[in-house]
Amino acid sequence: MTELHHLSLAELGRGLAERRFSSVELTRHFLERIERLDPRLNAFITVTADQALAAAQAADRALAEGSAGPLTGLPLVHKDIFCTDGVLTTCASRMLSNFVSPYDATVVARLAAAGMVMLGKTNMDEFAMGSSNETSWYGPVRNPWDLGKVPGGSSGGSAAAVAARLAPAATGTDTGGSIRQPAALTALTGLKPTYGRVSRYGLIAFASSLDQAGPLTRSAYDAALLLGAMAGFDPRDSTSVDAPVPDYLATLEAPLAGLKIGLPKELFEDLEEANARLVRDALGVYEKLGAQLIEVSLPHLPLSVPTYYVVAPAECSSNLSRFDGVRFGYRCEDPVDLLDLYERSRGEGFGAEVKRRIMTGTYVLSAGYYDAYYLKAQRVRRLIANDFAQAFTQVDVLMGPTVPGPAFELGAKLDDPVTMYLSDIYTIGVNLAGLPAISIPCGFLDGLPIGLQIIGPHFAEERLLNVAHGYQRETDWHTRTPPEFA
Amino acid sequence: MNLIRRDVENIAHLARLRITEAELPDYVDRLSKIVTFVEQLNTVDTADVEPMAHPLADQVQRMRPDEPVEMDDREKYQRNAPKVEAGLYLVPKVIE
Repeated sequence: MTELHHLSLAELGRGLAERRFSSVELTRHFLERIERLDPRLNAFITVTADQALAAAQAADRALAEGSAGPLTGLPLVHKDIFCTDGVLTTCASRMLSNFVSPYDATVVARLAAAGMVMLGKTNMDEFAMGSSNETSWYGPVRNPWDLGKVPGGSSGGSAAAVAARLAPAATGTDTGGSIRQPAALTALTGLKPTYGRVSRYGLIAFASSLDQAGPLTRSAYDAALLLGAMAGFDPRDSTSVDAPVPDYLATLEAPLAGLKIGLPKELFEDLEEANARLVRDALGVYEKLGAQLIEVSLPHLPLSVPTYYVVAPAECSSNLSRFDGVRFGYRCEDPVDLLDLYERSRGEGFGAEVKRRIMTGTYVLSAGYYDAYYLKAQRVRRLIANDFAQAFTQVDVLMGPTVPGPAFELGAKLDDPVTMYLSDIYTIGVNLAGLPAISIPCGFLDGLPIGLQIIGPHFAEERLLNVAHGYQRETDWHTRTPPEFA
Repeated sequence: MNLIRRDVENIAHLARLRITEAELPDYVDRLSKIVTFVEQLNTVDTADVEPMAHPLADQVQRMRPDEPVEMDDREKYQRNAPKVEAGLYLVPKVIE
């Protein structure tokens, strides 16, 4: 029998249904790998072994009784931004390093109700602010493809765990690329759904007009399987959209002949030749499947990074004002008065990047600067969104690179915040426009993976998964395993 | 635009963040870089553009019947509090 960690989520589901192995065996297998291999990666903040085994036993009973669903007994890991009842939920911050959540996020509750087994909570950039997983209070995560390189961020622990086969799937969140960029840098499939598609109840807020949760998996098929259980209306999230959830698996195999693929020229203008060649090879696969390539333009897209670095910090400065050292979270020692309690609890509880973003946000929202920065950015945001809407009148999906280059060295971009911010140049526009997008592996540069990004109109997840799956039927990039973790 | 030390001290105060003397020059430098970077937004004319606050058009805030849906779970929530007494959150004295 192939070792269990080499099987996809879908294959593991078949194995459980056919009783070739039990959920307890599966869970033990992954827990053993985490214990043995995670010290090289630092992908986990918390491993929930006892809870996982109890959940696996319950899953095995459901499988024996015939009451199991398609996800029953399958293990997964959650980014440590999702609240988990009775389990440490840190957001990779000292501020929440003592926070045991009193409730489950809706995503966590839904996947548990579907019978999935949580193995643990994964490392991330502090409060999801970062593109390299180096801002974590719990230390950086390493890329399974090269331990000297970053895994991307902010969902870097989720990406590293799945890429190293320490878990078959993970949840992540994406505010400016935090699912797609780490997926690209670790050879995974990462889907950022439409704004409002997946509930954010119990997801610790970063930038509320941008945040969205989604799956990190080894294939588009697995992403379809997981998204079906994650998505859907939730009255507890005021931004949740009340629209039916389609059967994402039903349309996966639809033929791609006649598909109109838009290639935004702004996504290719500054792209390095080796990276561009891999993206063009992927486009060639689509042409063979009968798709049509059409050049389009998103003229305001080059302004997406500066727009984001006004809007996201503004929202974060407001959201993170709740951390005051009074009701939960870190409190400084011996505060002399209330102001001292606030200032030192926040000064000591937050890391440098989080403080920079809170301060940037405070500045752009402050009297005298609000119109010049914040309203200005919101206006440019509309121009960017309009560009996408215009493009989708001509084409079904847009394609381009996910990342400007493969994973970089740990520490390489820490000295200049703007250089780090620009590593999300291809992903941020999608969040500003609230669109769904998926990154799939499309090749390797010097042994390191990069991704193809496929962007769709609002609520086109079905189409994105279908288009991604069509490529993965023709290619095997998504099946590659980092040699050290085979 | 380059920020000066006093700007950063003022922002830190507004944000209720204690920044130490030693950290201050680094914040002045990096925040200046960020502010300068975002100023390229001024290269585009947005005079007639409506600011966009929500990525989806036509979304409205939902109403629901005014009925209790959450149970009182104070004890559970206060387990995460740094200091509580008799069901109250304790902070340093604010009134002399």
